[in-house]
Amino acid sequence: MSAAEKENEKLLDLLKEKARQVRLGIIDALGVGHRGHLGGSMSCADIVTALYFHKMRCSPDKRQDPDRDRFIMSKGHSVLAQYAALTLSGYFDRSVLATTKSLGSLLQGHPERTTPGIEANTGSLGQGLSTGVGMALAGKADNRDYRVYVILGDGELAEGQVWEAVMAANNYALDNLTAIVDLNGIQAVGKTRDRYRIDNVPGRFAAFGWKTFEIDGHNMAEIVETLDAAASVRGCPSAIVARTVKGKGVSFAENTSAYHNNLLTAEEREKAIASVMAM
Amino acid sequence: MEQKQEKNQRIAYGRALLELARSNKNVVALDADLCGSTQSVQVENNLPAQYFEMGIGEANMVSAAAGLALCGKIPFVHSFAVFVAGRPFDQIRQGVCLPNLNVKIVGSSVGLSDFGDGATHQSFEDMALMSVLPNMTVLAPVDAVEVPKAVKAAALINGPVYIRLNRNDLLIVTEESTPFEVGKPLVLAEGGDISICVNGVGAELGLKTRENLAKSGISARVVNFSTVKPLDEASVRKAVEGTKGIVTVEEHSVIGGLGATLSACIARRPLPSVRVGIQDCYGQSAHEYEELLEHYGLTAEAVEKAAKELLS
Repeated sequence: MSAAEKENEKLLDLLKEKARQVRLGIIDALGVGHRGHLGGSMSCADIVTALYFHKMRCSPDKRQDPDRDRFIMSKGHSVLAQYAALTLSGYFDRSVLATTKSLGSLLQGHPERTTPGIEANTGSLGQGLSTGVGMALAGKADNRDYRVYVILGDGELAEGQVWEAVMAANNYALDNLTAIVDLNGIQAVGKTRDRYRIDNVPGRFAAFGWKTFEIDGHNMAEIVETLDAAASVRGCPSAIVARTVKGKGVSFAENTSAYHNNLLTAEEREKAIASVMAM
Repeated sequence: MEQKQEKNQRIAYGRALLELARSNKNVVALDADLCGSTQSVQVENNLPAQYFEMGIGEANMVSAAAGLALCGKIPFVHSFAVFVAGRPFDQIRQGVCLPNLNVKIVGSSVGLSDFGDGATHQSFEDMALMSVLPNMTVLAPVDAVEVPKAVKAAALINGPVYIRLNRNDLLIVTEESTPFEVGKPLVLAEGGDISICVNGVGAELGLKTRENLAKSGISARVVNFSTVKPLDEASVRKAVEGTKGIVTVEEHSVIGGLGATLSACIARRPLPSVRVGIQDCYGQSAHEYEELLEHYGLTAEAVEKAAKELLS
């Protein structure tokens, strides 16, 4: 094994452990007896981890730095994963996680800019990529080299505004913008393909002039490699279609819409933690 | 040679926006294929780096403006009022007003002023939609002279502002030196019996009505409300103080517009009031703007009748 390979292995091990911590953070944010979006937060946890702990140039002490990379959780209900990553990065104290969605909390049910580290409000689906387009346009206008990352859900792709943004990003050749589709195949009330078919997601982005990648959204090596590849794309925006498992890591919540927005009992919480620890 | 005074709000707007954009490179204009009508084309032609054509996609345009604002830009977002305030209402609510971002929404061709295009292009709801949003300031300049002042005032507010503009020439009722203060009504003509409260095209009707009422021995005050939000009780009460009632005149639905706002402001101790405006209906096409104003009851005669009924 070469030195570079060893280095990479070390990075991947570190990221996998961070991803576990993010998943445990999601479980803490959800708490016991309160409904929350477990499934979609778990499915994007590995991608969020790779962004915050490897790819993105951002940190709590550089919150106002105009050159920082930007992240938008367009599928805003999955913000629990982002809260976990933010607290692990030091944006706010770990104890705040447990207050998620309680009255007056810093951590709202959907992302708001009042939370340290949240770059844009989302929650009404379909709008985050457009906001990312605006951020990317500003970066080009000001000759800054920051990158903008937007995570979307596959169910969210039914929102027409997503495709307005896809066209705008192509029109302005926004190679500083990367969309990541968390394709877990399940929306609120069932399988995406049964509720409302959105086939051939990579082909759809490609048809609009985007450079597209397809990956296993839980394979850290693929995630890291592809984020790097996307960052080197020039002349057009890039889309990473990540095939994921809804609820990934919590065995009883995997591949089901039952935990799209549901609560954990105290017993289920213990089972969920054990499941994540066993990953 | 003295330059003819500009009566058209759109033309005045294009000049004002260009001047503002020249003075501040962070000011950017976005449009959805109507830059000729809205006059944001002035920025496109003269400062192309500060203009973004967003195609015919208003939702994306508004959310992109939020993204620009989050990176320090001061975006002015344009289309016809009906398309820029109505269609992306959710984007304005969720992405602009909730996080209190520095985005300016400019609705052109308000009311009946896009007479030929008919009901789909006429906007009687924009003030209501924009006023209901927390953090939003709503401005409705009364004439072309007020437009650059409204643009400057909007730029000084670090938050969302909606500006509504008429498509056609309007009577000039203010002067360059007339103060423009957000949230403060302006008396255009004094009078003691009744208050005629106006903005936009309503000013001409109000002033004409005042002359007509004088012939019947009635003294009418005409008050300009270029700000529809924020308005507080004290300012409204002071503006109509001493008069026996209020007639509002607006090129907007009587639901949720100037009349409704004023009534709400003084609801604790109300004055009798009548709202002249669009009576909960849609518009239609006509060859002339004036035909529509008359058809929908926006005439000096209608205002006079309302005032006399109120005083009788």
